[in-house]
Amino acid sequence: MNAEAMYAETIMDHYRHPHHYGALPVANAHAHDVNTSCGDEIGIQMEIKDGRIADIRFNGKGCAISQAATSLLTDFVIGKPLDEAARLQKDDVLELLGIELSPMRLKCALLGFKVFKLAAYGYLGSGEYND
Amino acid sequence: MTHHDFPLLQGTINGKKIVYLDSAATTQKPQIVLKGITDFYTTANANVHRGLHTLSARATAQYEAARQKIARFIGANDKEVIFVRNTTEGINLVAHAFAKSRLKKGDIIVSTVMEHHSNIVPWQLIAQETGANLCFIPITEEGLLDMQMAMELLEKKPVLLAITHVSNVLGTINPAKELIRLAHAHGTFVLVDAAQSVPHLPVNVHDLDCDFLAFSGHKMLGPTGIGVLFGKQTLLDRMHPFLGGGDMIKEVHLDKSTWNELPWKFEAGTPDIAGAIGLGIAVDYLMTKGMDNVFRHEQELLAYALQKMKGVKDVIIYGPGDATKRSGVISFNLADIHPHDLTTVMDEEGVMIRSGHHCAQPLMGALGVTATARISISVYTTKEDIDTFITALEKAQKVFRL
Ligand SMILES: Cc1ncc(COP(=O)(O)O)c(C=O)c1O
Repeated sequence: MNAEAMYAETIMDHYRHPHHYGALPVANAHAHDVNTSCGDEIGIQMEIKDGRIADIRFNGKGCAISQAATSLLTDFVIGKPLDEAARLQKDDVLELLGIELSPMRLKCALLGFKVFKLAAYGYLGSGEYND
Repeated sequence: MTHHDFPLLQGTINGKKIVYLDSAATTQKPQIVLKGITDFYTTANANVHRGLHTLSARATAQYEAARQKIARFIGANDKEVIFVRNTTEGINLVAHAFAKSRLKKGDIIVSTVMEHHSNIVPWQLIAQETGANLCFIPITEEGLLDMQMAMELLEKKPVLLAITHVSNVLGTINPAKELIRLAHAHGTFVLVDAAQSVPHLPVNVHDLDCDFLAFSGHKMLGPTGIGVLFGKQTLLDRMHPFLGGGDMIKEVHLDKSTWNELPWKFEAGTPDIAGAIGLGIAVDYLMTKGMDNVFRHEQELLAYALQKMKGVKDVIIYGPGDATKRSGVISFNLADIHPHDLTTVMDEEGVMIRSGHHCAQPLMGALGVTATARISISVYTTKEDIDTFITALEKAQKVFRL
């Protein structure tokens, strides 16, 4: 995939104007992680009400791919039952992004997803999440 | 200067001519180094210092000849040149075999905020172990060491000053000689991280008067896996070994052992023989060019790149604006574009640049960024490389709709 396609309008839009960016005053599920190979960092907070993701916010620093992927993910999961959203797979996230990625950049795309899973499973109590 | 001597650079990536601008991470290797390593394995391979047969004699002679070349290259004597794996190992050796036994609770180690992690973390570990305090010289707005603060910290008579000669992020050439003189005046020993200086400018340990100096072969046209620690003989003589094992001993009894002479006292186990020989050839190569010429070539390209980059809209350059205060490393950002994204676009054009924190997270903090993009040059870098890089940068502007 060439650079123009990879950095399509939607990706750059989500990068420059991420959705659900910031902090939640009341959050009962949260997680944070860093990609050690590049230093990118994402934190996610959620307010879970009646088993649903009533609200979600993310923050952090990173490349267009990691920020856009997380922004798209928050759009997708907000309002959904937590246990259902927690079962999301990597491929679902990549489909949201809609671009092909090299193995090096896959980590960027999946950082927010990893943090989301950590927060979700942390809340659901299993505490288990395998990368 | 020498682009045609480097086989890898004659190739293509993504159908484009390779433009390699990540030499600060590791350099490419000239054909003669590659050939020298193959020649060693095909004509002289045997273990060193432990056989009386012809091949062992050959291998030992070549290994020790490499040491002599390196010693001459930096103005040391042979006994002061210890082969290690890389800069990181050299620094750790000093931390454990020299600093640890001299430090007690409340003593001070001084470093700077512009260090590579390899010149911070070993000192943190030693400070934790000994109860010593670790202090850092800050940098000025321009990316130079704050000499006023350096002076104030040295007034406290630290045991050790561990300082980089050239910053791998800002390219800043630190006034090492002056700092060493000041430190010695306060009874402070000095370790110089020369990973980014020995490959690019004439360095003479005698002239600098440093106590220790470490560098990596792979950043100076040599192979990976081999590096050098220089230490003053008077200090090395009094130090305990770092690693124990074969080669570093004189006599071993079950209850105690005695140590080999310098430099072997610090070279436990079978060393990277081919690596040392390869590095020796790389040093020959650099000496033939002349380090003054290498420096001049790189300074010209640096000035050219800086001037061209300043002409590109939205480029933010970090580090000294004055090209004479820096070596061939330029960290930058393009508007609000994350350096990883920039690297991806550059890569498509065959231009290899580095992005990230460059193993210098405290410095990123001081610059107020989380990451930068970086180009770095070497003997083989050409003006055309810089031109292709600038064209790729302009393409990135379009891709990111700036
Ligand atoms: C200034 C500086 N110091 C130390 C190092 C560490 O070198 P090595 O990884 O070869 O030990 C580097 C390499 O990036 C460096 O640039």
